[in-house]
This record gives sequence, C-alpha cells and structure tokens, in this order.
Amino acid sequence: MRIRVLIRPKEGILDPQGQAVERALPALGFTGVEHVHVGRLIELDVPDPERVQEMCERLLANPLIEDYEILTLDSPAAESNGGAP
Amino acid sequence: MKFGVIRFPGSCDEVDALSACRRFADAELLWHADRDLHGADAVVVPGGFSYGDYLRAGAIARFSPVMESVEAFAREGGPVLGICNGFQVLCEAGLLPGALLPNVALRFVCRQVEVVVENPETPFTRACRRGERLSVPVKHTTGRFYAPRIAEEQVVLRYAPGHNPNGAMDDIAGVCNEAGNVMGLMPHPEHAVDPFTGSADGGRLFESLATHPGLGRSRSSLVGA
Repeated sequence: MRIRVLIRPKEGILDPQGQAVERALPALGFTGVEHVHVGRLIELDVPDPERVQEMCERLLANPLIEDYEILTLDSPAAESNGGAP
Repeated sequence: MKFGVIRFPGSCDEVDALSACRRFADAELLWHADRDLHGADAVVVPGGFSYGDYLRAGAIARFSPVMESVEAFAREGGPVLGICNGFQVLCEAGLLPGALLPNVALRFVCRQVEVVVENPETPFTRACRRGERLSVPVKHTTGRFYAPRIAEEQVVLRYAPGHNPNGAMDDIAGVCNEAGNVMGLMPHPEHAVDPFTGSADGGRLFESLATHPGLGRSRSSLVGA
C-alpha cells in the first residue's frame, strides 16, 4: 500500500520558514496569503498500513514539535502529476 | 576515571571532545556500532552531523547500537553529556526533555557567546559558581531549544542577556534530566579548553566530571551519590 505522510510544525510553535515564505509572496504580487507553514513529505510503500501511525510516533515525526497526517494513495500512478501517461 | 566519547558516521567534534576530556582524565573513542562502552565512567555524545542528520538532527543516531548501551547506562545513573548534535541525539532518545528546532534566523551561527551557570549542583557544573559566566562558542543551524514545560532546576545554562544566538525558549542553552545525570547543551565547551582559542571556560564541565568523587572507582552511578 502506498502511503504519504505529511509532517508540519505543531500549531503554536514558531515556524520561521513558513514566515519567510509568507513575507516573500507579496513581493511577487500574491497578497492576502496567511498561515503559511513549511513541512516535510514522506512517501512509502508498506505491507501493513496499520503500523504507519507507530512509525510516525517513533521515527518519521517528532510528536513533541510536529503534527503528522497519514494519507493512503490508491496507486502510485493515480497520484503522479507530471509523469508521462 | 575514564570518559568514553562516541563517534558516529558524520561526527566532527569527537576528536576535540576527546582532547578536552584527556586534559582531566583518561578518555577513549567509542564506535557507534559497538554496544560495549569499554568501562567508561562518563559518556560524551559529541557534535557533528550523525548519520547525516537525515530526517531530523539526531533522529537516526538515537537508534544506533551504542545508543542502546548509553540509554541503559544513563538509566542506571551514569553521567552522559551531549554537546550540540549530541544534545539533539539525547533529546530524540527521550533522555532529555524537549527538542531542538531550526534557528529563528534560519541561518548557521558560529560565534563566541556567554552563558550563565543557573544550576551548579549537577555533576557537569559542580566546578562552577551559580551565576558565573562562561565564554564558549556556538556553531549550529538547529539549536532553538523548545520544551512544552521544564522545571527550573533542569535549566543548567542560559545564554547571557543579548547572547541568545538561535531564539531558544527562555534563553536556555543547556538542560539536564530530572535525575540530573544527563545533560545537553548547544554551545561547545570542548572548543574552549585552552586560552589559545580565546577561552578555557569550557574545561570546567569536563573538570567537574573528572573530579567527581562518585566516579572512577568502579562506580559510575551518580543518582543518589
């Protein structure tokens, strides 16, 4: 099973990367953008999706400072954007 | 009394740490793949980029074979000092509270800073006075200490006013665990052991451990000592 894990700074923890991106956007004419956060994306094929949460808790994320979100992808091809058909 | 200094793939300050330890006691390098601590009375987890710091700083190193032994050693009361990347490894291992986040300015900082000794009653700071200032260098990109909560006595070192280089919570530069036998700090005491490099203040931490009456005579536990 193809899994995608999204990891972002926990709410309330200062995210200077997100702030830097937020400050850069108006210079390009993109105004009104708020709450920008920069995180990490991890994709993996797993035999047992039930265990992904444990993987997140123990290694993929640091739950003290990061929130994570686990998405199940139907098939790698269905999620590909930009690859050849 | 003997120090053990860990060498991970990607460590870069282990030789300076070894030299700093040898000014005050015996010391030897411990290889990351070796579970044997070679009879060390105190363990130093040095700075660098263990296992490339992939994923998060310290996240992979904490699962190395030597760290299994260091965790057991720490839980039995053995003294463990983590410097910079070593601090990150000990936080990831759950031996110290909190985590280290990217510096607020998102830049690598390399400069001499002053830190204030807030708790001189640890095995690592017993050669210091409360409120004493130590001049030591910092060099890191991921040094902003954060913990949801921490007891004041666990704050061992604070950056002096105006010296916080990374946006660390409450100017915290170094912390210890509840038992007091594990300490981590972002500044590098091992780079400040000779006046030739501008300051010898960092030597006080190694001296504190080397002269500890509870260490070196086949006893390594400091808990309750």
